[in-house]
Amino acid sequence: MSGKIVVTGVGATTPLGGDVQSTWRALLAGESGISTLEQEWVARYELPVTFAGQAKVAASTVLTPQEAKRLDPSSQFALIAAREAWADAGSPEVAPERLAVEYATGIGGVWTLLDAFETLKERGPRRVLPMTVPMLMPNGPAAAIGMDIAARGGVRTAVSACASSTEAVANAITRLQSGDIDIVVAGGCEAGIHPLPIAAFAAMHALSRNNDNPAAASRPYDIARDGFVMGEGAGALVLETEEHALARGAKIYAELVGGSVTSDAHHITAPDPEGTGAARAVIAALKQANAKIEDVVHINAHATSTPVGDIAEYTALRRVFGDHLDNIAISATKSSTGHLLGGAGAIEAIFTVLALKERIAPPTINLDSQDPEIPLDVVTSPRKLPDGPILAISNSFGFGGHNAVIAFRSYN
Amino acid sequence: MALSQSEVLAGLAEIVNDETGIATEAVQLDKSFTDDLDIDSISMMTIVVNAEDKFGVKIPDEEVKNLITVGDAVNFITAAQG
Repeated sequence: MSGKIVVTGVGATTPLGGDVQSTWRALLAGESGISTLEQEWVARYELPVTFAGQAKVAASTVLTPQEAKRLDPSSQFALIAAREAWADAGSPEVAPERLAVEYATGIGGVWTLLDAFETLKERGPRRVLPMTVPMLMPNGPAAAIGMDIAARGGVRTAVSACASSTEAVANAITRLQSGDIDIVVAGGCEAGIHPLPIAAFAAMHALSRNNDNPAAASRPYDIARDGFVMGEGAGALVLETEEHALARGAKIYAELVGGSVTSDAHHITAPDPEGTGAARAVIAALKQANAKIEDVVHINAHATSTPVGDIAEYTALRRVFGDHLDNIAISATKSSTGHLLGGAGAIEAIFTVLALKERIAPPTINLDSQDPEIPLDVVTSPRKLPDGPILAISNSFGFGGHNAVIAFRSYN
Repeated sequence: MALSQSEVLAGLAEIVNDETGIATEAVQLDKSFTDDLDIDSISMMTIVVNAEDKFGVKIPDEEVKNLITVGDAVNFITAAQG
């Protein structure tokens, strides 16, 4: 089929709120979801980074004890977000064979894996939980969602580090265009606020060390930025063929018009300084959208607040948009949420969709002194977007040289 | 001191409830773990290990397949307490 694809439901649990509305309101209010970690293991392991963006609402307060017991924290977040999105879409009637899931994670069930190893060392193999493997596998979140909504059209997991969930949304396009599928629940999750990932990301000097002022630590484009801030949570979008959505009278947030994935083959962690692969991803997404660069009015940037990453993305954007880049309202929402890794693209896709629907670009906080090497029009307080048909993109890039870009158009 | 059969049943019902959410009063001696209580093999192994910890007994893996009903498990645990 060649018809349109639309967004008919959104769900999220983030450091800013336990659902989409509370997250979006906090984002527009310029709040930070980042705070000092109170867990005893921070001191026990003498972690060099003592803060993160923890989920505002604990998953254990939303799920039943039995659900929580059988799901890694990453899958718990995923299920919460997917249920909200599904309910928001009106719990659609759809043939299970025509319902699919594209749900990502960056790391997978790291809590389960490492807790199980502790159990093995301390108590022996018989005490290792029989649910350990299905809880730790990276496709666990996608499988949990698929079971919950009875999706039998295929349940898949993109794993491309911090590009994962944007890639998952892009992958949904081909499913929906195949003609075999009516609805895809897409997105991603992460629950990596555990001493090992913190130590490991800190070891590569990827994390901000602004331990004294956590709320100001995630500061994309600011001259004093010194690394990203880990966040946790999940986002989910119900993506549907327009034909199916209209037939059931669904509310429509926006149209998903493009999605592309490229790779740098440059360095395992460093972005290509020329931004070539990222630029190709943007161009391919716009081409798929049948859009001109002048159509783009808003970008939810990857912008993790690392010194080199923010510049590399700027270089890629300037390469694509030229002088028009100065007319585009840029939001770096990781300044508020932190970096949800495999969940980042999903919540940023939701922010992009809401920006188009409500015609308002969300602010970037902590931009006290903008890096002169990144002359972007950064939105620092909520900004009205133009009337009429408008287009926005959301970028995500990941270790491994992964570039993923999705494009949405306003829907009337 | 060894627990009585009814005390073992009550303790086992708590373990089953904790793992599966099944109400403790539904865990009765004549109920089959799989056919009546709909407990899968993964939950069953977790219940067995938790029962070993709680009652201080050893339930060999080859014995688990013989524990068809709640009563089978209660009888095994009661006897194994010595």
